[in-house]
Amino acid sequence: MSCSASALPENSVSLVALAARQIARITGFDLPPDRRARLLEMGLTTGAQIQLIRFAPLGDPVEIEVRGYRLSLRKREAAGIRVACI
Amino acid sequence: MSAVMSAPSVRHVAIAGNPNCGKSTIFNALTGLRQKVGNYPGVTVERKEGRFYGSHGEPMNLLDLPGSYSLQVRAPDEAVSRDVLLGREPGTPQPDAVVVVVDASNLERNLYLVAQILDLHLPTVVALNMVDMAERVGIRIDVPALAEELGVPVIPVVATQGRGLVELKQTLSRQSLALPAKRPPMPEAIEAEVRALAEQLPVDNAVAFPEALLLLTLHDQTLDDLAEHNAEIVQATLAAQERLRAAGLDPLSALVEARYEWINQVCERTVHKPDAGPGLSVSDRMDHFLTHRVWGWVVFLGAMTLMFLSIFTLAQIPMGWIDSGVHALGGWLAGQLPESQLRDLIVDGAIPGVGGVLMFLPQIMILYFFLGLLEDSGYMARAAFLMDRVMSSVGLHGKSFIPLLSSFACAIPGIMAARTVENRQDRIATILIAPLMSCSARIPVYTLMIAVLLPTTSALAKAGMMLGLYLLGIVMAFVLAWIFKKTLLKSETSMLLLELPPYRKPSLRSVALCMKERASLFATRAGTVILALSVLLWALATYPKPANPDATRGEAIAQSFAGQMGRALEPAIRPLGYDWKIGIGLISSFAAREVFVGTMAIVYNVEGDMKEGTTSLRDTMRAERRADGAPMFTPLVCVGLMVFYVLAMQCISTLAVVRRETNSWSWPLFMVALYTVLAWVGSFVVFQGGHILGFQ
Repeated sequence: MSCSASALPENSVSLVALAARQIARITGFDLPPDRRARLLEMGLTTGAQIQLIRFAPLGDPVEIEVRGYRLSLRKREAAGIRVACI
Repeated sequence: MSAVMSAPSVRHVAIAGNPNCGKSTIFNALTGLRQKVGNYPGVTVERKEGRFYGSHGEPMNLLDLPGSYSLQVRAPDEAVSRDVLLGREPGTPQPDAVVVVVDASNLERNLYLVAQILDLHLPTVVALNMVDMAERVGIRIDVPALAEELGVPVIPVVATQGRGLVELKQTLSRQSLALPAKRPPMPEAIEAEVRALAEQLPVDNAVAFPEALLLLTLHDQTLDDLAEHNAEIVQATLAAQERLRAAGLDPLSALVEARYEWINQVCERTVHKPDAGPGLSVSDRMDHFLTHRVWGWVVFLGAMTLMFLSIFTLAQIPMGWIDSGVHALGGWLAGQLPESQLRDLIVDGAIPGVGGVLMFLPQIMILYFFLGLLEDSGYMARAAFLMDRVMSSVGLHGKSFIPLLSSFACAIPGIMAARTVENRQDRIATILIAPLMSCSARIPVYTLMIAVLLPTTSALAKAGMMLGLYLLGIVMAFVLAWIFKKTLLKSETSMLLLELPPYRKPSLRSVALCMKERASLFATRAGTVILALSVLLWALATYPKPANPDATRGEAIAQSFAGQMGRALEPAIRPLGYDWKIGIGLISSFAAREVFVGTMAIVYNVEGDMKEGTTSLRDTMRAERRADGAPMFTPLVCVGLMVFYVLAMQCISTLAVVRRETNSWSWPLFMVALYTVLAWVGSFVVFQGGHILGFQ
């Protein structure tokens, strides 16, 4: 799938900027430490592959696939996950 | 907390796992009906324990730990799993072995909890569940290699079919259970700090290392709460954390990343995954439809409608049986027992009181049948996914939706279901608004008052009126939730972490067990709290006895304690257009709201069966006049009374549950005060405002 940003971490984009079904790699977080820690424990570690699956019918939350399972997050947190497209 | 048994030879096994890994299915399959459900002392975490027999017939005790993704403690309630595993939960012996259930089709994330439990250094067995599901999607796991990598026995299991359970029992029956052969690696700098901290801890050597590890990864806020207990250790922990941060290592992040690094290696060596094909899985295609912006809502509303229709129509049949059974029992006992005060207490107090509440058992069971089905199939997570945006508009969470939904049957299961809401403020907000969802105990009251108000109109108009009352409760609940979240329960918008598991065929056995469990909890309450209250209410309505032995029931109740209380209450409710007779009804509703109907029948001296009596009760109430000859039940009084019942907190069982779930008396007392004021004001606005606008 095509990706607008380059693969360089400096050019990473926010997870919510991805199109549905687009695959990317996590490069970092703009989130408070406690929230970041919870995402880390759910397997959203730097370097992990992540796919945006869909937005809920009312626009929020968002469904993602990471480490082979589906997780739903609010856009607020998803926006703080920085990714680089593959 | 009486454990199922406590003979010293009995082996204690704890079972842990992520949510949705099939842990309850394994627990149920092992223990069958030999289960006990309770609470851990002082917290709202459910404690479930059961007995099973090893391969030589020796009894073992199985303790079900709350399902969680991590042992990291973020709130006091979450400390239970950690405390049990470290052997410091009062009343619970440290387990001799831990079974960690992992979902074979979702191994990577599930292994995270395994890594944490291996760090505790207890005899551990991994139950690799749902291997059939994994195989179906082409995932192949080399089990001996996985056991080798983890350093503990790994047993492949298909819990829904009972496969692998014998092997699991055999492993747990071994004479000596081995400790894990390995420990997941961690960054050297962290390991050194953990060892140093462990030496300062005043605990047994075996638990010092895991304890220090958990301390080091604690978040500042949680540490602050601990500081009262042991300031020295908190200081040491903070200093260690500071040193690590100075070296560029955030303790928790570094540890989590090291664990996932290890998990990646383990999976690379043991799991064969198919190359991702272009095709969508069945579950994905279902989601495409079930979370579609149009069809998603159609299915959602359809499912909710079907559930409520079943609760309110299908349940009528067994409710009728219970009703006639209770009447028959009362009638039979009345004939058998000699005339005495005790007979009256049993026949007029205890039996109708308990029977009136047991009537709702079929509705509760149907509710749990649907909730179990939705949960087990994976749809419930989608309902929360759809509803999260709606709930977040008042500061709540998609997960609050399920407790509120259950509250339409009865606030008690709803309030208990609020346990799934992780954030404490959100959970309390959910509990506070749950009683505004019109529960089934209000239906008899609504039905009677609508009949008095609109005796001749079509069923459609009546249904519309009923819907209006439900909507009033829902709207008020949302407004209050919004206010609570802005004031009393102000907290940062909580985080949503909602797993959307693949759809699967629900297990009827699990659903049936869930229904049985909830039904018995409900019946126990009816047999204890409600029984006591019914007797009390009966006594209030009976004593002191009238001087004239020929007095009618209406006359007798008028001068009883209940009558006196009604009169005492009259000045407070006169501005709402009510008299002391309605006051008696309001007081009696505290046992259970539907008691209002029966009380009105007694007050207005309408004889006969409560059901057949509704028509005559309706006519009697319509004919009731005030002292000045004006009708008592004007449209404004009727509407005001209905509004009162929507808003008032009139259920002692609910208050008892709120007290237990919040672990304090202040929340239930706050609820009584708030909802009484709200109900009074609502009713006042209807009655007085209506008059000003020229209504009758």
